[in-house]
Amino acid sequence: MGAIPASGAPAEKPHALVEIQGNALRLVDCDQRAVALGLTRGMTLADARARIPDLVVLETQPQADGEFLEALAGFCDRFTPLVALDEPHGLMLDITGCAHLFGGEAGLGTLAARAMQRGGLQLKAAIAGTPDAARACARHGRGGIVPPGQEEALLRSLPTAALDTDAETVIALSRAGLKTLDHLAERPSETLSARFGEALAVKLRRILGHEDRRITPLRLPPDCVVERHFAEPFADTASLEAVVVRLIGEAARVLEVRGEGGRVFELGFFRSDGTVRRLVIETGRPSRDAGALLRLYRERIETLADPLDPGFGFDAIKLAVPLCEPLDTPQHSLDGRAIEEEAVADLVDRLVTRFGRDRVLRFAAQDTHHPVRAAKALSAAAPVPETPWLAPEPQEPPARPLQLFEPPQPVEAIAEVPDGPPIRFRWRRLTHDVARAEGPERIAPEWWRDGSDEPMRDYYRVEDAQGRRFWLYRVGFYEADSAPPRWFLHGLFA
Amino acid sequence: MPETASTLSDLRRSLAEAALRSGPAAAGRIGLGVPALDEALNGGLARAALHEIYAAEVADLAAATGFALGLALRAGQVEEKAAGRPILWVRQDFVDAEAGRLHAPGLNELGLDPARLLLVRARDGEGVLRAGAEAARCPALSAVLIEPWGEPRPFDLTASRRLALATEASGVPVLLLRVAATEAPSAARTRWQVRAFASRALEANAPGAPAFALRLLRQRGGAAEREWRVEWDRDRHCFAERSLSDRASRTGHAAPLSRPLVSLSGDGQVAADGRDSGLRRAG
Repeated sequence: MGAIPASGAPAEKPHALVEIQGNALRLVDCDQRAVALGLTRGMTLADARARIPDLVVLETQPQADGEFLEALAGFCDRFTPLVALDEPHGLMLDITGCAHLFGGEAGLGTLAARAMQRGGLQLKAAIAGTPDAARACARHGRGGIVPPGQEEALLRSLPTAALDTDAETVIALSRAGLKTLDHLAERPSETLSARFGEALAVKLRRILGHEDRRITPLRLPPDCVVERHFAEPFADTASLEAVVVRLIGEAARVLEVRGEGGRVFELGFFRSDGTVRRLVIETGRPSRDAGALLRLYRERIETLADPLDPGFGFDAIKLAVPLCEPLDTPQHSLDGRAIEEEAVADLVDRLVTRFGRDRVLRFAAQDTHHPVRAAKALSAAAPVPETPWLAPEPQEPPARPLQLFEPPQPVEAIAEVPDGPPIRFRWRRLTHDVARAEGPERIAPEWWRDGSDEPMRDYYRVEDAQGRRFWLYRVGFYEADSAPPRWFLHGLFA
Repeated sequence: MPETASTLSDLRRSLAEAALRSGPAAAGRIGLGVPALDEALNGGLARAALHEIYAAEVADLAAATGFALGLALRAGQVEEKAAGRPILWVRQDFVDAEAGRLHAPGLNELGLDPARLLLVRARDGEGVLRAGAEAARCPALSAVLIEPWGEPRPFDLTASRRLALATEASGVPVLLLRVAATEAPSAARTRWQVRAFASRALEANAPGAPAFALRLLRQRGGAAEREWRVEWDRDRHCFAERSLSDRASRTGHAAPLSRPLVSLSGDGQVAADGRDSGLRRAG
């Protein structure tokens, strides 16, 4: 199927899009009015202006075009989960097994055309047995439906440009007197591939339906999909939730039959004006508990920065489960530990849904002596690797602070030469007299990890006269000919 | 009068239940390991209740945090069932910026296996309260620690009542750690003020185990305005009392050798020449 941005806007004047090509501004696209006035692609802007003085010129925005096309692909998700971009300005839908849901191929075609028209687009669509045949038919033929097995008969009359090769090849073909696919198909394919390359012969076979290929969809088809289409769009929040409840229940049943649970659930709300809003719910472990999922959905709805706007109503809602994992029917163990773990996992899911993945954390030990890297905060949404923490030395006071400043805070300190602990230091405008101290503990930077030449640090545990305990370190040494060392406060002990 | 008899027995039963819930021998108590403290608390800290811990000053936040962590660990220690359950900690981002972020090896050094900790970081007071209330309802936790900064508006009397109700239903102790906040009416069962306290010096005058000066500001249905000095014994997972005279005797014993000191003048300059006195200033 190909959709061509339309000139349907009620503008009186001809429009054209320009782009700098070489050293000149050239037309890249013109609307129908401009075409009717004799403008063509590739014409310089100066030339076009000379012919049509009131031409409205706009700059091309390939980025915006791409985004629009992707949004359109999202919209077409309602017809089939397999939607691919077909540059330029085209979409390729694999509707195998989907057409009957929309009243057959003809019904689907009309439905799509009407939807595009509502969005102010002109659609030229073709349905054929292979993607290449459909593309050639839509872009170079009359479009419409090519009945199964009729590709060869119907598409032989297309010009050689339908092969989508470079302009030189097309010229070379036409110089050889080969103007249509028909002419090419009559020749033995060995000669063709010897002269023009294997790709051309393959393309020809594909267009004529002798060979098929799969399209690469934009979004991976989910493992499990349940959806509802409505005859009339509706905007009522209460019935919206009722639909979601039913969809979740249905998905849960499908997953149960398969012995699987979903980790990611994606709800797609298809608005009648073509906008698609997708909400994603994630769970920490595979789940098919309809009640828990519904709670997560409500949590998600409640925390949306911009609420779900029904606009003129939704005409389809789709629940996809892109990530499934095996899940056995839960067995209730006797000690109740499993139930507790379940309850904690549910709590984590709710917190993750409300606050985001990076806000609910667990700590994992890292094999390093670097104080900052010794622990890694990982999202609790995913299973955290089990890394054992070294048991602290018995009878010893804590060697590492409870709270760590990152980056460390510079302090002013006086200390004994050459490597004594600080005797007095000033932090945040307060002077602390050190009553007890221990150190230095020398910690070298991990040059093999970051390759930096960060200097060595000498750490001290100190306690001030009020009983507050700090973790300070010194960078550099007290030497006559070097810069004076600097002191930093890195952490606070309980 | 059979009606009256049944009413009477109902009343008796509910009274007995109430006594069981609040009595000294009640199961729902977390003993702190310090006899004097436990006695003052009527057998220990009530488990299914909200407790407030105020840092005496902002600089005492680390001490208050350590004390709260100790209480949370006691909660897991006293009841066998709660031993391996996770502790959920809700922290406002501003606390991280102001007092440093939680350091897992440091938690480990205080006796909490960091794998047991679930940390929720919330942007504002409202988020902290929401996450805290959500967690307080989950009975599968060992304890919930809530740490907002200052006095966010959502933390009012209603919010604390709600938290107290949630903890009563779930039986999970909720510890509300307050810093840079003045006392306000709340539904908390106890209210503590924590100040850092000089530790017992180890060999070579090294700082010892974490020590706190506690002040019980308020206790619902109990005596208050009392003070204790305790230290946290990580190996035994309990608090131990320090006598008030402890400090003097200890420091006297392990006093450092007198050393020449340079004074720090008002503008931050060292008055004496650092090289001569063996001391130098850096900063």
